[in-house]
Amino acid sequence: MPPLLKILIMRLGLGVLTLLLVSLVVFAATQALPGDAAKAILGKDSADTERYEALRKQLRLDRPLVEQYTNWLGGVVRGDLGRSLVGAGANVTDLIGARVVNSAILVLLAALVSIPISILLGALSAIWRDSKFDNAVNMTNLSLASLPEFVIGILLVLVFATAVFKWLPSVSNVNSLLPLAGQMKLFVLPVITLALAVIPYVSRMLRASTVEVLESEYVMMARLKGVSEPRVLWHHALPNAIVPTIQVIAINIAWLAGGIVTVEYLFTFPGVGAGLVDAVANRDMPVVQALVLLMAAIYVLLNLMADIFTILISPRLRTGLR
Amino acid sequence: MSLEPEVTSAEAPISVSRAPRRREWVQTLVEAWALRRTKVGFVIFVILLMIALFGRFVAPYTPTEFVGRPFSDPSAAYWLGTDFLGRDVLTRVLHGGLSVFVLGISATVIGTVFGVSLGLVAGYARRAVDEAIMRVLDVVLAFPSVVLAMLFVSILGPRLWLIVLMVGVSHMPRIARVTRAATVEVVARDFVRAAAAVGVPRRKILLYEVLPNISSPLLVEFGLRLTYSIIMIAALSFIGFGMQPPAADWGLMINENRIAIITQPWVLLAPVLMIGALTISANLMADGLSRALVGIDRDTAQA
Amino acid sequence: MSGARTDIVLTVEDLRVVLDPSGIEIDDGVSFIIHEGEVLGLVGESASGKTTAATSLLAYQRRGAKVAGGRIDIAGTDVLSLSRPELRKVRGGLISYVPQDASASLNPALRIGDQLLEILNEHSFGSSQAERQARLLEMMDEVLLPNDRAFLRRYPHQLSGGQQQRVVIAMAMANRPRIIVLDEPTTALDVTTQAHVLETVRHLTSSYGVSALYVTHDLAVVSCLVDRIAIMYAGRLVEIGPRADLFTGAYHPYTRRLLAAIPDIHATRPPRGIPGSAPRPGNRVAGCAFAPRCDCRIDKCATELPPYAGPDADHQVCCWRWEEVGQGLSVIAGEELVFPTTRVEEPCRSVNNVVVDVRNVTAFYQRKEVLHDVSTTLCEHRCLALVGESGSGKTTLARCIAGLHQFKIEGAIEFNGKPLARETRGRTSAERQAIQYIFQSPYSSLNPRKTIRQLLAQPIDIFFDLDRDGTEERMVQVLEQVALESSLLNRYPEQLSGGERQRVAIARALVAEPSVLICDEVTSWLDVSVQAAIIELLVHLQGETGVSMLFVTHNLALVRSIAQEVAVMQDGRIVEHGVVDAVLDDPQAEYTRLLLGDTPTIPADCRI
Repeated sequence: MPPLLKILIMRLGLGVLTLLLVSLVVFAATQALPGDAAKAILGKDSADTERYEALRKQLRLDRPLVEQYTNWLGGVVRGDLGRSLVGAGANVTDLIGARVVNSAILVLLAALVSIPISILLGALSAIWRDSKFDNAVNMTNLSLASLPEFVIGILLVLVFATAVFKWLPSVSNVNSLLPLAGQMKLFVLPVITLALAVIPYVSRMLRASTVEVLESEYVMMARLKGVSEPRVLWHHALPNAIVPTIQVIAINIAWLAGGIVTVEYLFTFPGVGAGLVDAVANRDMPVVQALVLLMAAIYVLLNLMADIFTILISPRLRTGLR
Repeated sequence: MSLEPEVTSAEAPISVSRAPRRREWVQTLVEAWALRRTKVGFVIFVILLMIALFGRFVAPYTPTEFVGRPFSDPSAAYWLGTDFLGRDVLTRVLHGGLSVFVLGISATVIGTVFGVSLGLVAGYARRAVDEAIMRVLDVVLAFPSVVLAMLFVSILGPRLWLIVLMVGVSHMPRIARVTRAATVEVVARDFVRAAAAVGVPRRKILLYEVLPNISSPLLVEFGLRLTYSIIMIAALSFIGFGMQPPAADWGLMINENRIAIITQPWVLLAPVLMIGALTISANLMADGLSRALVGIDRDTAQA
Repeated sequence: MSGARTDIVLTVEDLRVVLDPSGIEIDDGVSFIIHEGEVLGLVGESASGKTTAATSLLAYQRRGAKVAGGRIDIAGTDVLSLSRPELRKVRGGLISYVPQDASASLNPALRIGDQLLEILNEHSFGSSQAERQARLLEMMDEVLLPNDRAFLRRYPHQLSGGQQQRVVIAMAMANRPRIIVLDEPTTALDVTTQAHVLETVRHLTSSYGVSALYVTHDLAVVSCLVDRIAIMYAGRLVEIGPRADLFTGAYHPYTRRLLAAIPDIHATRPPRGIPGSAPRPGNRVAGCAFAPRCDCRIDKCATELPPYAGPDADHQVCCWRWEEVGQGLSVIAGEELVFPTTRVEEPCRSVNNVVVDVRNVTAFYQRKEVLHDVSTTLCEHRCLALVGESGSGKTTLARCIAGLHQFKIEGAIEFNGKPLARETRGRTSAERQAIQYIFQSPYSSLNPRKTIRQLLAQPIDIFFDLDRDGTEERMVQVLEQVALESSLLNRYPEQLSGGERQRVAIARALVAEPSVLICDEVTSWLDVSVQAAIIELLVHLQGETGVSMLFVTHNLALVRSIAQEVAVMQDGRIVEHGVVDAVLDDPQAEYTRLLLGDTPTIPADCRI
């Protein structure tokens, strides 16, 4: 087997292993319940043994633990996430389907906005190192990185939706039944909030790696060869500087998937984040498990993709494996 | 490229004006203090801490008493108005900081203690032990920000100890990674081999040879994690899983009054600005420390 | 100091380079010229400012340094006054640069063919792309590299160190510059590779009439390459002159002592170190910077900087007493040393006092076998030198004996007839005490967070039952043995020079009162003048304490100055083992002959 393929398969294996362990944690968490899920759901009513036993059976809590886990995991793999414990007990997959789409659009838009801006800001700060521009970007990044996303969101609402200007809606109750095009305005504030939360991390990372590369001996060599400054930057420096940034970008997109919790809640945006808050508040375990597993899986997959992408675009890693 | 390549091939520079070396992390603190951002961050942080600790003694009312109509405008009687139940906002702001500090700092300490221990062991043991520790931590890492805490809250309910523990646990992987990376670098140096060669026990090598050489990056990491702990604790309160009503807490106050964001932004502004100032001040200090850390290396290179 | 010739390519006048905010001088008043087709060697130890002076020729300074004065003229172009676009044309066109570390200087993300073509494109070489392609292939031929497509499509990391250096040299020659600056281009290479690269440089400069500035710390390397030599010390030129004159009749005490410090295979005396270390920028004194280390200084030296003077315009020197030195004034105080080899006649195998016996040892690094069935012996009161190039397994063997090898070992290592455990943790305290190891880099082997007192106290606490006063007494005593002041006890390693640090490392090993001392390339991080002093110390200590010593080195020239026996290693095997004189004078193994041939030497008629 070629070594490159071997390493890719190894990474893939590690990703699958991590996912399995994640699912184990998600499953095991329910075992931390005092009593069991049925008791928790029924609360005071659990004194009613008949109802309690029936619910236990419905939740398959009477089976051995290993079987419960494999059953649940098998269901997850087939796309059967169980039934909600709240209300009519709807199918979890149906419940969260629309939310997943909404959140995916939100995250994608935020990524599309933030990544190019981050790369531009990072590269420019590195080139104009210690300039006024660099210092301003640095202070802005520092402040944005320290603020919780919901604080950024509230400040944006205060400025753009209420007190100062009344341009944008403060609540993003996207209706998945209506065409998205007409509802674009609802996405503006959540997308800006998320983008402002991501830009500091990615641009700082890119600045740091660009600065390091610009100090490298091969960049000095390029300059001493008489290579023009733009070419030094675009041809010699950035291709090397971007490599360590890929992982950071991936982690941040994955983190967006988690960061949407507070932002969606703030804007009452009908996505997985707000859904998770509701489910946790209602102690709707199957939904919580499904959403948490989904978020963790996105993290693992994005990381894996970044890993493989890094190997593929960096010659030393790609060809050094022989 | 510099005169230093000559140096790496032979004699390294002798620092010209450095006073006899203090402990590494003390040195970092001293150098961080020379930066304006560290001082600004520290001053704001201390002011907020004072408000959190002693504000309750100057508060005009008690945090749970109903003093007027809900959502009253600011006036002489209640400077910042009243909240959705008619409680005095200023009083609640003065009472609502302590929980953020206590929970944030506890979570950071828990995360640091466990993270550093695991990172040290992983970095020194290498091979199988290292692999096992880092794989398990990767699993924790896969739960983004507050999601791990939410998973457990959904099962055990919003208990404070649980929140603190889970925020601490979610810091563990990154602290362990930083510690491990620093440890691996130190362990690769010959003085660790020299200690092992004369038979110094492993525990002593970790504590007396390795740890003093990585204390600065750990200090920086602690500062950074403190910022994130505060952010996460506030976020959990904001979505309703942190401090529970009727407690006064900045995050919870934002949650309780957010319906009034359009009609009565006053109520939100105070706690939002407090949390914002707190996280920015903590991050300013962390950034000052990390600059000082990088500065140490730069300094010796230029001496 | 211009010569009679008029074909001057490069003129440097009174160059002054300082650190930017502080104004601390790196180079001060450096002046020299280079004629067409001439190679000038710029020689100096670390921090002498030689690299800074060299990059100044391309109007390049690292961040934090700047040219504060002087003039640089290359073939009529005033380099320091050029605009940026003009400067771009000069760099890589009129003058080009060959860096020390080729592996770091080639862009890891670009194929070498593209990097080579780039310099032709950027300077619009020739008139067409086809012409540039042809030139690319020609360049590869010139530096003796394959020029097939597959090779040109390789990335830098897929090349060997020697190949990388050739690529960089090809790049420098691309646009047929008038002058190339070579900045220690062979320092990172093994001697055999170094010999080939030097041969290439020699060939290129002579066949294309390119002038060169060859920067190096090693006089031996340039001895058969350059036409003239300039010696730098603490940011100044102390002596400049024709090569032969400098080797046979130097006028500056530093030049002479530098020559005396070079270990040479053909030398009749051991190298002599220079006490102390060179001052770094910011620590330099008024007057002659070498005065504090000079054995023939006079009062004037400490206060007044001597003017340049000399026997003729081509040979200039900066010393108050240059005429006396030229007439044979002794520049080295103290008695003559002799080689330790004179004490033995036969290898110790035949004698019955083996201390360490290595029998059929095969060792692995991870899963790769790096030592193949190695056997050797170390005898009481003897020093065995273990010589080999990088990757020969010499350090692995030393670490196996010391118990520091972390991977699988097969075979037996015995100490005084008893088998040793693989790792130190498995060995007895007495064994750990008896075998002491000194590491290559004193920057890495001393914990920077501990004072010298704490560093020395560690082995004492572990191996001996001494009270506070006893420990203190022992530490002072051992510092005296390595010629360090006891006042250093409260210092941190960072406050010491490299030579002093290595002495502390030696003291830490000695304080355990070992019977075997393993020295792993202990001088390779040190300046040549400091290296000689450390060798002197080790020879003295071995004679005084009778310790058995294993001296690991890549430098065959060092062997005679320290060891009685030598084992030559190649690719994980010992290819030759014997008494030093026998091996060096009449090598049996092909590889030993190759090494001997490639090791740079100074001319035989060199006069100190």
